[in-house]
Amino acid sequence: MNLAEKILAAHAGKETVRPGEFINARVDMILVNDVTAPISIREFRRIGVSKVFDPRRIVMVPDHFTPNKDIISAENTKQMREFALEQGTLYFEVGQMCGIEHVLLPEQGLVLPGELVIGADSHTCTYGALGAFSTGMGSTDIAATMATGDTWLKVPPTIKLVYQGSLGEWVGGKDLILYTIGKIGVDGARYAAMEFVGEAIEALSMEGRFTMANMAIEAGAKAGLFRVDNKTQLYIKSRERHAYNVYEPDADAEYARVIEYDVSGMEPQVALPGSPANARPVSEVGDIAINQAVIGSCTNGRLEDLQLAAQVLRGKKVHPGVRCLVFPGSEQVYLDALTLGLIETFVKAGAAVSTPTCGPCAGLHMGILAEGERCISTTNRNFIGRMGSPKSEVYLSNPAVAAASAVAGRIVSPEEVSGQGTASLESYAPKRKRNYR
Amino acid sequence: MLKGKVHKYGADVDTDAIVPGRYLNLSITEELAKHCMEDADPDFLKRVRPGDIMMATTNFGCGSSREHAPMAIKGSGISCVIAKNFARIFFRNAINIGLPLLECEEAVDKTENGDTLEVDLSGGTIKNLTRGLTFAVSPYPDFMAELIAAGGLIEYTRRRLESRRV
Repeated sequence: MNLAEKILAAHAGKETVRPGEFINARVDMILVNDVTAPISIREFRRIGVSKVFDPRRIVMVPDHFTPNKDIISAENTKQMREFALEQGTLYFEVGQMCGIEHVLLPEQGLVLPGELVIGADSHTCTYGALGAFSTGMGSTDIAATMATGDTWLKVPPTIKLVYQGSLGEWVGGKDLILYTIGKIGVDGARYAAMEFVGEAIEALSMEGRFTMANMAIEAGAKAGLFRVDNKTQLYIKSRERHAYNVYEPDADAEYARVIEYDVSGMEPQVALPGSPANARPVSEVGDIAINQAVIGSCTNGRLEDLQLAAQVLRGKKVHPGVRCLVFPGSEQVYLDALTLGLIETFVKAGAAVSTPTCGPCAGLHMGILAEGERCISTTNRNFIGRMGSPKSEVYLSNPAVAAASAVAGRIVSPEEVSGQGTASLESYAPKRKRNYR
Repeated sequence: MLKGKVHKYGADVDTDAIVPGRYLNLSITEELAKHCMEDADPDFLKRVRPGDIMMATTNFGCGSSREHAPMAIKGSGISCVIAKNFARIFFRNAINIGLPLLECEEAVDKTENGDTLEVDLSGGTIKNLTRGLTFAVSPYPDFMAELIAAGGLIEYTRRRLESRRV
């Protein structure tokens, strides 16, 4: 069996599972947020049970319309907070070491290798970076699982993606995943699991792996998984809250498809508006002036992402025609960025730094685009109207490209703006030792 | 038996197109329905009549996990969605809330926008009344048919829990 099959078999209490088989699996953690909780709670009440199956396995995170955008949003988070209190589930309050769910859960050690996690958010697939099988579902599925502790799953076929070669400067997980989606399309892995391997993956930081797993859904995948290695072990060492199992694919594991890429010499990738599959090298984007640059989100809101952006922005100014918005992925990331001087760099450069929120990414609040405006963003989707007006445009990139574009006022490679007044990444080396580097 | 006019779309209709993010703080079907296809097809709500059928080519409902999307479609009066295939979260969500989905390549290829269809869910047939064509739909897997017959996931779960207590 491959990695996805091993984890699913273990959670279904079976020796083996095959792609296409329907299983009933127990889940280790359930996630819900302020957008999906109101429907989940309403549907849970309809089931007719008074208590959730296990409050320690349910986590509620206010992150989408928070800090509350308006009265309706405030009512939604109030409802979620009250339900969490009534049932005793995990709940993170805004400002109190909260954050964007998919940055927060791994950081808090709430997801560990080998686990099965479902969440009422499509980017729940992020935790595949830890060697967990995690997948997004809707509110009603979450409601049912809050009552029973299990869910039905169809065992997906797995596509193995092998990345050979080594990545150059300014190229990371975001570029690998945009490149991949550009090749296989937004339905290239529809209903399948993706398993990411190869020397470029082994060399990739945990942050880069989270970014890749996060966007597996943009290829239509059910999950995007990484094998557990020393980097994973280091990341979870100080975070683990309970025992976990590490699963390895068998030597004779079967894959529906194996795709190999040689990524040596790859340029940073930019996805043109309309679809994450519109990826191309930054040098081929053309002369595209921008009005806004967004750096952060569940895709690229981790410390390394902010370090890369700060490396580009240090000693420079955001172009007068651009609003540059920085959204750390969690309060912990915010605090680390503050300690390392990154926040000062952003503010001095002319960027607005916000509390963690999903707001701008999904066109919810904070950073909405007007008709005719263009934004470069480190987020995960550039569907039509995603960040505001249906006549606005979103380009997706890594944090260094977004920062460089904020300075230039048009989409450029970081190489174009580095050089004058540059700082090396070393100058942002953590002052205190971080356990996962 | 479902009968209605077809509103046909292309590939990769995403959930932001079905209901834009700015409305996601709503959670009532009727309210969400007022914004169904608002940005992608601003006249949709003017054209749609109760019972009408939504049709698309591939990967319908890709993107977010928002159940708001099938809720908005259902609330707009659409009786079922026919496509060559669906994105997986959307598929689960629709089945869970009782919005029927049918996968049928041939029906999609041979039906035009505005055609009138008659759909027999239990018999597994789609009739294009405008063109005089009939298409067979492969049945749902047993387990899923049971879930649909129960009236959706919540009712199905309630029964499961009740049988456990016995």
